[in-house]
This record gives sequence, C-alpha cells and structure tokens, in this order.
Amino acid sequence: MSGPAAPTLGSQTVISSEIAAIAAGYQETEGEENQPRLDYPPYRSTVLRHPTHVPIEVDPEAIERSAPCFGDRDVDPLDADLTIGHPGEPIGERILVTGRVVDGDGRPVRGQLVEIWQANAAGRYVHRRDQHPAPLDPNFTGAGRCLTDQEGGYRFQTIKPGPYPWRNHHNAWRPAHIHFSVFGTCFTQRLVTQMYFPGDPLFAFDPIYQSVVDQRARDRLVATYDHDLTSHEWAIGYRWDIVLTGSRRTLPESEDAR
Amino acid sequence: MTLLATPGQTVGPFFHYGLPYEGDRDLVPPGSPGSVALRGQVFDGAGGGVQDALVEIWQTRPDGTVAHSPGSLRRDGWAFTGFGRASTGRDGQYAFSTLVPGPSEPGKAAFFAVTVFARGLLHRLFTRAYVPGDGAELAADPLLSSLPAERRQTLIAARGERGFVFDIHLQGARETVFLRFPGH
Ligand SMILES: [Fe+2]
Repeated sequence: MSGPAAPTLGSQTVISSEIAAIAAGYQETEGEENQPRLDYPPYRSTVLRHPTHVPIEVDPEAIERSAPCFGDRDVDPLDADLTIGHPGEPIGERILVTGRVVDGDGRPVRGQLVEIWQANAAGRYVHRRDQHPAPLDPNFTGAGRCLTDQEGGYRFQTIKPGPYPWRNHHNAWRPAHIHFSVFGTCFTQRLVTQMYFPGDPLFAFDPIYQSVVDQRARDRLVATYDHDLTSHEWAIGYRWDIVLTGSRRTLPESEDAR
Repeated sequence: MTLLATPGQTVGPFFHYGLPYEGDRDLVPPGSPGSVALRGQVFDGAGGGVQDALVEIWQTRPDGTVAHSPGSLRRDGWAFTGFGRASTGRDGQYAFSTLVPGPSEPGKAAFFAVTVFARGLLHRLFTRAYVPGDGAELAADPLLSSLPAERRQTLIAARGERGFVFDIHLQGARETVFLRFPGH
C-alpha cells in the first residue's frame, strides 16, 4: 500500500540526479564549503527564498559582539527532559543526547541557551501543519531547553525521533533528526541546525542534509554513538559537539595585532 | 587551534512549538512609556509573504548600552533584555514591542541586529534594521555609506504608526542587504 501520489511532485530519481550533479561540480572545485548552499534547487523551497546578492562583509559592532543573556529564571532544569511532564511514558527508544558548545578556538560557550524540537518516535510533530498520518503520542511533545554548563556542556533526555515524509518530491523522507537552536557569546554566532543519527540510510536521498556539499562538513551534523554514555537498562547515548563560527574576539591587543 | 564550524540547517516548518514562547515579541509591554513597534513583512522572491519565518532582534538600550539581563524567556515586565523573537503570520508579518535602540559605538548609526530563519532558508541570515534618523548619522555610518543608494535603503526602517516598519525581502528587486561577519 502506498500513499496518494501528488502528480506535480518530481521523482526521487530527478532529485538524486540533481544532488549528484551539484556534488560532482563541487568535487572539481578547490574550495572547502563548510555551510549549506542557500541556493540549492533540489530543496525546492529554496528557489524563491535564497538571496541572490553576495552578503556584505562588515565588522560586528559592540551589540553584535555580545549576546542575549539567559539564566536560571529562563530555563527550568526539567525542561531538558522531554520524556517527562505527561501522565505516562512516551513510546520509543529512550536516548540521551549530550555534547559541548564551543567557539572556533575550542573555548566553551558557558551558560548559554540550547533549544531543541523534534518529531516523536513515529515521525510525527505536534504541529497543525504536520499531515503525516502517523500517531501523535499523548505522552510526548518534543520540545526542550537547557543552559550550557561551565564546560559548554548540554544534555537532554528524549526519545529517538522517527523519519518522516515531506512534500519536496514524491516519496521524500527526512532522515531522523533533532532540531537545535544555539546562542554563542556573540550574536554573530547564532545557529539553528539539525542533528542526525549515525548510519541513517536516508542521508543520500535528502536534499536538506545534502545541501552541505562537503562530506566532512556533513559529518559534523551527525552524532556519534557513545557506549560510555549509554546507561544500563535505561537509555542509548549519543554525543554531538557544536562548534560556533569564529572566536569571541577577546584577544589582547598584542595578539590581535599579530 | 581553529575548529571548523557546525553547518547550519533550515529551521523547517515545524518550529512553532519549539521556539516561540509567551511574550517572545514584547521586549517591553505594548503601550508602555517609550515603547515603539518594530514590524514588517518577510517576502520571498515572488513577492509572497513568508508565513513560516522567524525573526529575532537583539538591540541596545536607548542610551546605546548593551543589556546583560536574563529573563527574555520569562519576562517580568521590568527588565529590558534587548532580545526578542517573532514568528511570522499568514502574510509574513511580524511585530515587536520594544524601545528605540541607541548607537552602540560613537560615529555609528543605531540599529536593531536582526536574524532571519525560515523553511526553505538553509542557513540564518543576518541584517540590520537602522533607526530612521535625521539623516546625518545615517549618511555618516560606515556600512550605510559604503552601499549604493537603492541597496542602502533596504537597511533603513521606515517610520510607521507608533514605531518603525522594516520589510525583509529574501530575494527579488528589493532584496534586503544581508551581512557576513569576519570568520564566517
Ligand atoms: Fe524536522
């Protein structure tokens, strides 16, 4: 049995050949691209939503070199556990997701806000625009928050999200992922991204993941399984570190001038 | 040591139960003394409103100083945190209630730092919404004065009812100037 086919949607074959052509073009370049391409036609919604001008390079001003401040009054420690707060236990594979938020110099980003949201184990979001005919879980919402600790560490307990279909093309499925929103020590480090799970068979077919054209950069979106984090008779552990762009520009004058 | 940055990915269409929160767009209570509106629409390259975008602002106080107050997620109605977040409505509209920022550096014009996220936008965009002034400080600003007139205009908010209007065009003839910072 298969779902209704929307005749206007392209096939996976077409999307995959577009992905392959862009990848082949990238192989021929000498450059190293660390970020997704904003103009990435295999992800159809980018066509009208990517800027065509080159961004203007500018030195950040004082406000942009600082960042919003969050504290204990903003975040309840229980917000980091997505498996609680409901009458019962959510269905699915219980997981721990932990890692560090650091800047480009490897320095921890301390006391900053990390927000996540995700689908449930069946691949369904608690969202009115999600039409995927998979069950909602009355014991799972799928949104969490925490503040990083002194080492830049964050930690969430949740359940593993399922893959889900979307309307980019016929039979399009997103690899399982958790959405992350992260603040740095500068506003210019603001990052929204997605964490994936190792070995997902959908990676090759997904234009959002493939919009990062460099395999090494794509690998930085994928968590690693960590058996030491995995907890006896309780949960599977995944580790994922997040590196924000650039440094805090707090070097002494002498070092700055080098 | 230089570590390579984690790539961005689109915020997607389903962020509405993860990122918005009560009071997110009201940096100050609407109608309170000194409050102004900063509002506008996010448009795609065909001129359509982007109904699944998220706009964030980060700004100085009116005297140009930077707030270091927590409480943006649970506002107490008194502390000014300088940070706000607004998801767009059906026509791509967003609106904040806030204070007028002051210049954060001498010789520079005052602006709201703005980031834009959306479904179909694979990485966040940075821009600035400059406060419309008497013209002299805008003309003297190093970023604004470096741009051709028609592009410069995309960074300057218009005066609107009880505040400012700042439309964001992701693409098209009036495409907003987006910014790139050193090290990005
Ligand atoms: Fe998603």
